[in-house]
Amino acid sequence: MSQDSGTPVLTISGLRRAFGGLVAVNDLDFTVAQGEIMGLLGPNGSGKTTALNLISGVLRPDAGTIRLMGQNIAGLASYRIARLGLARTFQLVRVLDGMDCRENIKAGLAFQRPHLPASEAELRIDTLLDRVGLAGHDRRPAADLTYIDRKRLELARALAAKPRLLLLDEWLAGLNPSELAIGIDLIRALRADGITIVLVEHVMSAVRALCDRCIVMSSGRKIAEGATADVLSDAAVVKAYLGGVAVDA
Amino acid sequence: MSARIAGFGATALAALALLALVPRLGNAYYLALAISLLQYTVLATAWGMFSGPTRYVSLATTAFFGVGAYTVAVLGEILPWPLVLLTAAALGAIVAGIVGLSTLRLSGVYFVIFTFGLTELIRQLVVWFEVNKSRVLGRYVFVNITQADIYWQLLVLTAAVFLLGWLIARSRLGFALRVIGEDETVAKHCGINTTFAKVALFTISATVMTLVGAIMAPRWTYIEPSIAFNSMISFQVLIMALLGGAHRLWGPVLGAVPLTLLFELLSARFPNTFTIILGCIFLLIVYMLPRGVAGLFEKLSTTAGGKPTQRVAA
Repeated sequence: MSQDSGTPVLTISGLRRAFGGLVAVNDLDFTVAQGEIMGLLGPNGSGKTTALNLISGVLRPDAGTIRLMGQNIAGLASYRIARLGLARTFQLVRVLDGMDCRENIKAGLAFQRPHLPASEAELRIDTLLDRVGLAGHDRRPAADLTYIDRKRLELARALAAKPRLLLLDEWLAGLNPSELAIGIDLIRALRADGITIVLVEHVMSAVRALCDRCIVMSSGRKIAEGATADVLSDAAVVKAYLGGVAVDA
Repeated sequence: MSARIAGFGATALAALALLALVPRLGNAYYLALAISLLQYTVLATAWGMFSGPTRYVSLATTAFFGVGAYTVAVLGEILPWPLVLLTAAALGAIVAGIVGLSTLRLSGVYFVIFTFGLTELIRQLVVWFEVNKSRVLGRYVFVNITQADIYWQLLVLTAAVFLLGWLIARSRLGFALRVIGEDETVAKHCGINTTFAKVALFTISATVMTLVGAIMAPRWTYIEPSIAFNSMISFQVLIMALLGGAHRLWGPVLGAVPLTLLFELLSARFPNTFTIILGCIFLLIVYMLPRGVAGLFEKLSTTAGGKPTQRVAA
């Protein structure tokens, strides 16, 4: 199979999607290697979330291929892509409010193939609750959680399936400085486990702290790609983002 | 846990045995009332099995009920009774599968309107067929089924529906439907084939409704489309399930029993203003009991210190 570390986890080429006359994603190419954290940057409306929606099957691409572990997933239904090892969080945090924390995480692993035995599933849920800092809250309704705890729960649900690739859509947005530090540590710990991540993020301190490489989008196109420090000092990026001021937040 | 299940099962069996004795009372009015109670209990419970977890409000109850009743009107004298019921169930499942695949991508109000339109469509198709092809306006139902037989069949169906609902709630399919009801987008990204899950449960629920229509058909000696496809049934079942609380398996029965009795009383006392009163009751239920009687019980038990717990097996 294509599980050797040589195969990129994600390979995107020629990806395109238009809404009427607006080309939201235009001829996008990039690859993400095993264990890498790739930052996907760009101003609002540059096509980042559309790109994530194309990768996770919410939208069908007009053209291009998306390979997950070598297999083309472009145009597949979301649930199939999820079963192939892709998990994501949402720009506006989405937890299942009518369920408790344990059930929320269970939703993330109950529908993966092959099915886990119940005892193993319960054990994994306990581990995940502990890992994201929600230990002891397992019977608490998700609706009662604070904002950061909802983010934690959403992350735990995404991790439940042991994804090959994790898409985080502004997962750190809206956190206060101390919560942000906690969040960065949490994602850094995921990298230590070898989880491959695509991170859409506006919080530059987090991008610097976490991302190995970045690509920058503007008006649907990729305008820069490379090591994080290089990309953030790139003149075109600075112009697209802040209209000429150095990127440093 | 298993001791509790065994105890509950024994209680249910005892209750079933007691209920089976109702026709032995020899009172035709009570038997007729008991038939109505069971009819609406099964319909509302079947409605809640699909609409409760998914929150898709269906007004297609009448469509399936009518398909069942008409199957009996057409085949009742031709086939043996068990085969008639099987044919009705199969037809209901086929119609539900087709409808489900074509409509469950719709959401919210569009689904409601479609299901309402579906009932009307099937009714008109039957009228067209009867007038142009069979050249009859109505059909006589001559089958050798007594009121007591109807009652016992409904009782078995009631038990089957509760058993089925209990099994589904504990299954992966039941959990999938709860996730879909919470957030369909999340459900898809958790690996749930949402279309399959919804169509499967819609079909199960509709098959039960079709069987109710088939079992009830011999109660009328004469059937015509306006009787079999009376859209009031859809609304009454909806109101009952909402009053009881559609998010619990045992919720709809808490609405079906009091409302059947109330409808019985109202339609006898106020035959002309019945529908107006029905409308007012519906408004009151939505305002006062948004989570139904079942929700009220849960709230009371929570404030009393108990915590409502719900576990779904992995």
